[in-house]
Amino acid sequence: MTEIKQISLFVENRPGRTAKVAKTLSDAGVNIRALTIAEAGDFGVIRMVLDDPEKGYKVLKENAFTVSMTDVLAVEMKDTPGGLYEIVNTLGLNSVNVDYAYAFVTAKAERAMLILRVDDIAKARRVLGEKNVKIATKEEIQAI
Amino acid sequence: MSGYWDPHIERMPLEDLHALQEDRLKSVVRYVYDHSAFYRQRFKEAGVEPGDIRTLADVSKLPFTRKVDLRDNYPTGMFSAPKSQVVRYHVSSGTTGKPTVVGYTKGDIETWSESLARALTSIGLDSDDVVQVGYGYGLFTGGLGLHYGAERIGAAVLPVGTGNTERQIELMQDLGTTAIACTPSYFLHIMEVAEKMGISIKKDTQLKAGIFGAEPWSLETRKRIEDATGINAYDIYGTSEISGPLFTECHVKKGIHVWADMFLIEVLDPKTDEPVADGETGELVFTTLHKFALPLIRYRIGDLTIMDSEPCECGRTHPRIMRILGRTDDMLIIRGINVFPSQVESVLMDIPEVGDHWEILVDRKGPLDMMTVRVELTQAGFSDKIGDLMKLRKKISKELKGVLNIAAEVDLVEPGTIPRSMGKAKRVTDNRKV
Repeated sequence: MTEIKQISLFVENRPGRTAKVAKTLSDAGVNIRALTIAEAGDFGVIRMVLDDPEKGYKVLKENAFTVSMTDVLAVEMKDTPGGLYEIVNTLGLNSVNVDYAYAFVTAKAERAMLILRVDDIAKARRVLGEKNVKIATKEEIQAI
Repeated sequence: MSGYWDPHIERMPLEDLHALQEDRLKSVVRYVYDHSAFYRQRFKEAGVEPGDIRTLADVSKLPFTRKVDLRDNYPTGMFSAPKSQVVRYHVSSGTTGKPTVVGYTKGDIETWSESLARALTSIGLDSDDVVQVGYGYGLFTGGLGLHYGAERIGAAVLPVGTGNTERQIELMQDLGTTAIACTPSYFLHIMEVAEKMGISIKKDTQLKAGIFGAEPWSLETRKRIEDATGINAYDIYGTSEISGPLFTECHVKKGIHVWADMFLIEVLDPKTDEPVADGETGELVFTTLHKFALPLIRYRIGDLTIMDSEPCECGRTHPRIMRILGRTDDMLIIRGINVFPSQVESVLMDIPEVGDHWEILVDRKGPLDMMTVRVELTQAGFSDKIGDLMKLRKKISKELKGVLNIAAEVDLVEPGTIPRSMGKAKRVTDNRKV
């Protein structure tokens, strides 16, 4: 199973930095599926799911960004009350820790997609599978 | 490993060396008294005459010279030689005040070149080497100083000066540069540019030695440079007032050899002006023993160092000074505590998550001095978990506090954002209004 590669960037909190990231990706024809910015005062971390993470990583690196690739899970979440609870409760009961998570809604919009970074990705995959939670593949994310 | 340029002098028994120094001290004191109105007046004020200087220990009877004397007597008021004998001038940039002018007779240039010829030989260079001089040429002493020293040993000199870094790297490859002389901060920049060009200094060049100075740098920076490039990085020392760059470490790397036939050094307690023992920190004071256009008596540069007067493992008997802790001019006083930028550097360069470039900002918020240290995060130091980055910031802050005894804010910045320098790096911006 190839995991989904999230691209993370270290950025200083000053005007125009996020625009520079977006422009770099846009010029390379890379599409952003999901994005979140975590900020800590004078700096922040941008995390993104891209349609072509390898290419995105390469162009950002060439443009002197501090960038890393991280394996994450993309989990389909019922777009109803309790959708999130089911997932995080399952992980919690099985002692899988969530480092961070963010969600986005796809165009098809029946379900929301939850991006999770966990401390034990294989275990998370197994316990969620047992609960019949659908986990998106790399190809599915690319095809959205 | 390497031989000697002038084995007779370099390995002279201490007794003979001291006798030579004593003779030359007496001569230079008589010379300045006879030729420099400035020194005659100074000696009179101090109540000392050339005849009072009979032994080396009598040097303590002589008055000090300071940078301010050179400024007050701008441009050539302190010269001992007539203009007809002066063959060159260099002029300091005057960043901390009025510029200072230094001058050389033909013989002074010879002595300067001889000093560097000994130094370059002591790190294993000879006529087979190609020495790339990446110090500024012109009014600054670095470029021409190294140039003459390297030519004297018969090495091929590549006089590139500063800047045009990509071309420097291309020439380094094309002409087979084996040694480079520049500021350590500029070499770090060269390393960075080479990497961007896809050139490995270790594999794609013949570089084996770096001669780095003109600004204080730490052992931790040496380790970084050596680990990344596979070269040997040597410290070089000197200042324009005593000619320019003059002395380096030898291949043993245990201190910088100061040629005792050319200079008499003292290391003094800055409070009492009494000599400190070997191994103790004090202020370095130079008396030029063989310099004629602008000889200086007990010149206080303001550099703090430690002396080792025992002969070196390499066989040279001349005294050694340890890595310069910092120049008192560069020292910051923050909340009443003395801080040398070199101390900050030694802490930062020991932390692998921190890049090679950094700067210090000093501000005053209300009554309080605030020091901020800005460091570039390396690719390897980047974690996409904010908590890890906060921890890293705390770790840097804690290690700085451990060494400096004051708290510093730490800013993590993106690589490439801190200005690169071609010459002497400007590491400190002090925004306090005095």
